[in-house]
Amino acid sequence: MKQLSTRAKIAWALITIFVLAYALFPIVSIFATSFKLPSQLNLGLFWPKTWTTVNYEEILAPGGSAQTLFLSSLRNSIGISLIATAIAVVLATLAAYAIARLDFPGKRMVLLTALGVSIFPVISIVTPLFNLWRNIGLYDTWLGLIIPYLSLTLPISIWTLAAFFRQIPWELEQAAQVDGATTWQAFRKAIVPLAAPGVFTTALIAFFIAWNDFVYGISLTSTDRARPVPAALAFFTGASQFEEPTGSISAAAIIVTIPVVILVLLFQRQIVSGLTQGAVKG
Amino acid sequence: MTTVADKRPDLRDAAAKAGRSDRARSEARLGWLLAGPAFIVMLAVTLYPILQAFYDSLFNFRLTAPDDRSFTGLNNYAVVLSDPLFWQALGVTVFITVVTVVIELLLGFALALVMHRAITQLRGLLRTAILVPYGIITVVSAFAWFYAFDINSGYVNHWFAWVPGISTDLNWFAQQGTSLFVIIMSEIWKTTPFISLLLLAGLSQVPTELEEAAEVDGATWWQRLTRVVLPNMKAAIMVAVLFRALDAFRIFDNVFIMTNGANGTEVLSLLAYRTSIGRLEIGLGSAISVLLFLCVILICWVAVKLFKVDLAGGARGAG
Repeated sequence: MKQLSTRAKIAWALITIFVLAYALFPIVSIFATSFKLPSQLNLGLFWPKTWTTVNYEEILAPGGSAQTLFLSSLRNSIGISLIATAIAVVLATLAAYAIARLDFPGKRMVLLTALGVSIFPVISIVTPLFNLWRNIGLYDTWLGLIIPYLSLTLPISIWTLAAFFRQIPWELEQAAQVDGATTWQAFRKAIVPLAAPGVFTTALIAFFIAWNDFVYGISLTSTDRARPVPAALAFFTGASQFEEPTGSISAAAIIVTIPVVILVLLFQRQIVSGLTQGAVKG
Repeated sequence: MTTVADKRPDLRDAAAKAGRSDRARSEARLGWLLAGPAFIVMLAVTLYPILQAFYDSLFNFRLTAPDDRSFTGLNNYAVVLSDPLFWQALGVTVFITVVTVVIELLLGFALALVMHRAITQLRGLLRTAILVPYGIITVVSAFAWFYAFDINSGYVNHWFAWVPGISTDLNWFAQQGTSLFVIIMSEIWKTTPFISLLLLAGLSQVPTELEEAAEVDGATWWQRLTRVVLPNMKAAIMVAVLFRALDAFRIFDNVFIMTNGANGTEVLSLLAYRTSIGRLEIGLGSAISVLLFLCVILICWVAVKLFKVDLAGGARGAG
């Protein structure tokens, strides 16, 4: 590591501050809003004049005006996103294994299909599904969201995992077998530890995408039964009909953002490699 | 990238000589057994709906009057294409797409350069910070920007009241220009990290020897950037631009939250949503959905044919 000059140090400090401000400013902004008293929302100040947790009580405490709406949407979002992620990762792991290790006609077509699906305009799928789901009873159900969510989670999982799997030195498996390990032992001891980080990273990225969905969420649900958080936020109402739901929306936004920030802090390196491998190196 | 089979030329040659040998056939069967389910699911969730949308678009069909459904051929398309609202939505969508992609490309490249050059101690911190907007729900980002600019709960007007044209009475969401400004800000904030990471991957593939050689030959920083670095990462730039352009073209969340299409901020996705889900005009809504889909195909075609974007570079490497 070469010594940095004082000027370079200052420059890097400034750059870092700028990048941090860019990345965090809107979050800090909505964080500040979430602690404002409803009566002090219109003061035009960034920070709250009086800090209060009243907005969090609205969405979390029993009897809060948006409590049922928020908690049920949180449950829906977590459940639906996790299931859609799990299905996508299992299917994608099988497919990516085949793409990375086997030679079969149509391999390129599978990858191109994944690419095509990932750029598909979501809204084009929504209209026919809306009609179909109403006819077969999947409208406003978990399953009715999990199925279209696969169009979001599956393609990126296939690309990311195929990229990860291509970098695994599969010869290790044979080497382990030569050294006397059984097929299963060789797979478990030599391959699984190498493949697991890729599978985990893929799951994380797929979950982010499912968690972010809004179009399916508002189009294919109508009640608490299946409505996910982003859609529910758009339907929040204030404590009384004369009150804007600004505070409770901000508080809910902060609650659903915290897990994302924690995951990003913990797995920054893996997410970056997953995103870039899947997209560029293919 | 090569597969295991590629690494064993003897096996391949033998298989080629014997035509489709048993081994190759069983490998193909296993390949499709493993990749098949994912492939079928992908087709089921996209190909089927778009075909259904095309079929529905040929009918005069409102859910409020389901019995009046009648075949009208391409009439729905004629209705949509002769409606100024459609062309306005298309114009706004294209405007948002072009502006966000251009700004994101510049900003994303600057961020990628910062991450690429950063000293080791800062690299993790910078990448973590960059990833935060990527992970945030778009709707949350939309609300954050909306509340900051909103005439009632916002503080932006108070902070920037000294700027000509901005005062505490400025309602950002009452005119097209200012509304689009905030919508674009939120869109850029949320999606620049993605483009920046793609560019970072491209940057790290530029051979350092080339840059060093140029430096030894006395090239300035700007010359090295424009003559050595950029030409060598052209492919990565094109892929990033195309991906982001297609993503920006389906913009929905930010517009829905901030203006819901009011004051000339209607975009194509929102128009399709309001027609089919809002007004239950399935026939017309399907026609808009199909047109939107055709626009995406067109953008891809232009990118691949005219700009020679090698979208399937990875796929080819696999085959």
